[in-house]
Amino acid sequence: MIAGALSLPAAMYLLVPPRGRKESEWIETGEVSHLPLRTPEEVFFRRNRVDGWKVTSEKVTAWVVRMSEQDVVAYVPQCTHLGCAYHWDARTGNFLCPCHSSAFSIEGQVLAGPAPRPLDRYQAKVAGRKLLIGPIAGAKS
Amino acid sequence: MIRRAVAWLDNRTGVEKAVKNFLYEEIPASSGWRNVLGSVAVFCFLVQAFTGILLSFNYAPTPGEAYNSLKYIVTEVTGGRLIRGLHHWGASMMIVVVVLHMAQVFLWGAYKKPREATWIAGIVLLLITLGFGLTGYLLPWDNRAYWGTVVATRIAANSPGIGPYLSRLLGGDGAIGVVTFARFFALHVLILPPLTLLLIGVHVYLVRKHGVAPAAGDTAPKKKFHPEQVFRDTIAIFVAFAALFMLAALIDVPLGRLADPTDTSFVPRPDWYFLWLFQMLKFFEGPFEVIGSHILPGLAVLALVATPFIDRGAMRRVTERTVAGGVLLLAFIGLAGLTAAAIRSTAKTQDSAFETDGPQDWQQLSPEELAGIGHYRRENCVSCHATGGGGARIGPELTGTATRKSAAWMIAHFKSPQRMVPGSSMPPIQLTDSQLNTLAAFLLKLNPRNAKALYSAPQLAVEGAMVYQQYGCAVCHQANGAGMKIGPPLNGLSQRRSREWIEEHFANPQKLSPASVMPAYKLTPRESDRLTSYLLALP
Repeated sequence: MIAGALSLPAAMYLLVPPRGRKESEWIETGEVSHLPLRTPEEVFFRRNRVDGWKVTSEKVTAWVVRMSEQDVVAYVPQCTHLGCAYHWDARTGNFLCPCHSSAFSIEGQVLAGPAPRPLDRYQAKVAGRKLLIGPIAGAKS
Repeated sequence: MIRRAVAWLDNRTGVEKAVKNFLYEEIPASSGWRNVLGSVAVFCFLVQAFTGILLSFNYAPTPGEAYNSLKYIVTEVTGGRLIRGLHHWGASMMIVVVVLHMAQVFLWGAYKKPREATWIAGIVLLLITLGFGLTGYLLPWDNRAYWGTVVATRIAANSPGIGPYLSRLLGGDGAIGVVTFARFFALHVLILPPLTLLLIGVHVYLVRKHGVAPAAGDTAPKKKFHPEQVFRDTIAIFVAFAALFMLAALIDVPLGRLADPTDTSFVPRPDWYFLWLFQMLKFFEGPFEVIGSHILPGLAVLALVATPFIDRGAMRRVTERTVAGGVLLLAFIGLAGLTAAAIRSTAKTQDSAFETDGPQDWQQLSPEELAGIGHYRRENCVSCHATGGGGARIGPELTGTATRKSAAWMIAHFKSPQRMVPGSSMPPIQLTDSQLNTLAAFLLKLNPRNAKALYSAPQLAVEGAMVYQQYGCAVCHQANGAGMKIGPPLNGLSQRRSREWIEEHFANPQKLSPASVMPAYKLTPRESDRLTSYLLALP
């Protein structure tokens, strides 16, 4: 009984995610009109991340593709296989991951390699002429 | 199948035999409830080790982070408050149990030949337990912890002869900072726990070697540890744990304000088990202080060590040990008296600025609103108006103002009360427009729920916010969502910069951040101190 009374809170203490401040802010990253059509651009911005008891402001990148005038997609810059940073290969017109040769189309679909799912995306929207990037789409927060 | 597995395990490790040896140890027929305290003490230690390890999973042992990480544990981590409660109350319980264990052994004369070494190992364990309390006290890094430890290290520094070396060893050379903190932490988690384990090992080995001390005149055949005594131990441990769990679950352990070396209003008081020592220091002044801080406690330990060598008579019944009983009674009365005197003579410091529910209401006010509290106090509004239970009732109650009046109305009213409320006996407030703005901003924020908390905002921070307003910091900086973003936001500054850095930065920003466009500010030392205190209090 004592073991239970101690280990149950202990398990919760370690396993249940802390209730906390969720940052779900939209960050303005620039004019949409500066983005070329259907050519991925690496966009840098700063965002606050809650890390335990700290809120750190960190630099984040996204691969942003302007699909059409008002439709912009922002990919999370890590390969969905093991998290390597992939890059845009203009020659083949694909995203290539250097670690295990995964390849993704400009729509984020897996073309080759061990990647288990399409590229993750940030929520992105266009407000007026500005591009706003939000939290990762489908993430719990 | 299971039997075969057990047989295999026993064959390879001898574990079954070891357990049997342990359970079927012979103990005197006179053993009983009084003998359970040792087991309970070991149990307390195990609980402390377990909860301590859990805490360390989420705790950052540096002065810059300790407080915030602990606040995170008690406010955000699931079950964190309970775990910390168990560790906090467990410490007190361990001291109670260890002292009771000693008192029992003393009363029954169980320290007598051949058990002197067991007794002495027990004394060392008591001292280690107190050492845990002393070093652990600093680790929350709140005001209580800081000031309590200042006193403790000063006492160490005043030790005759070895004082300066001891002080250097504790890192308390001059001031308490990162070094002292690191050393207290190292003592608390790296040195004392293995030492305790070692000494528990020695202590228990000696108990087994000489056997549990029988009561006088116990000639009955010995019995086994299992099952009767095991049952008693289990019950005692269970009762102790239930009490501890209730304490941890029901009573919140306060986390005070962040340690503030400039807070001159704080009256340090040690944890309850050191209060008698704290009180004793008050009887000795100047060069005699060392009598209270070192000589008397030293003599007390020496007396404990000497006990088995002084009292060498044959075992007697506990009811006949009147001298021992008298000594014990006197010691308890003395300690209790000193403790009570200490509690009576030092008012409990109001240091619950941060409850365990995260940042306080006042911390979330904008600088303007907080500065309004300052003007509210300075203009002595409270002499006519009630806000949340405090204040007189000559003028209207102000906690509901926000729902009835606008800021523009209020400011017009501050300037000439009779024009807005004919017949009002309120005198006009002689402040600049921007100062009246802060007052209105504060009153708009006030509601019956937060009134008390807002009005109890520490004066240091309030004055800091007034300085913040006076110099127009909000023109470039953002704090709690108010102000511009030309300069860096000021929330969380306490995690990024030290007090010294901030104060120096006011005087000469470019020296510390060369690319800064911030102009230099010639603040008076008081302004600089208040402003820095305020900035460091921003969540």
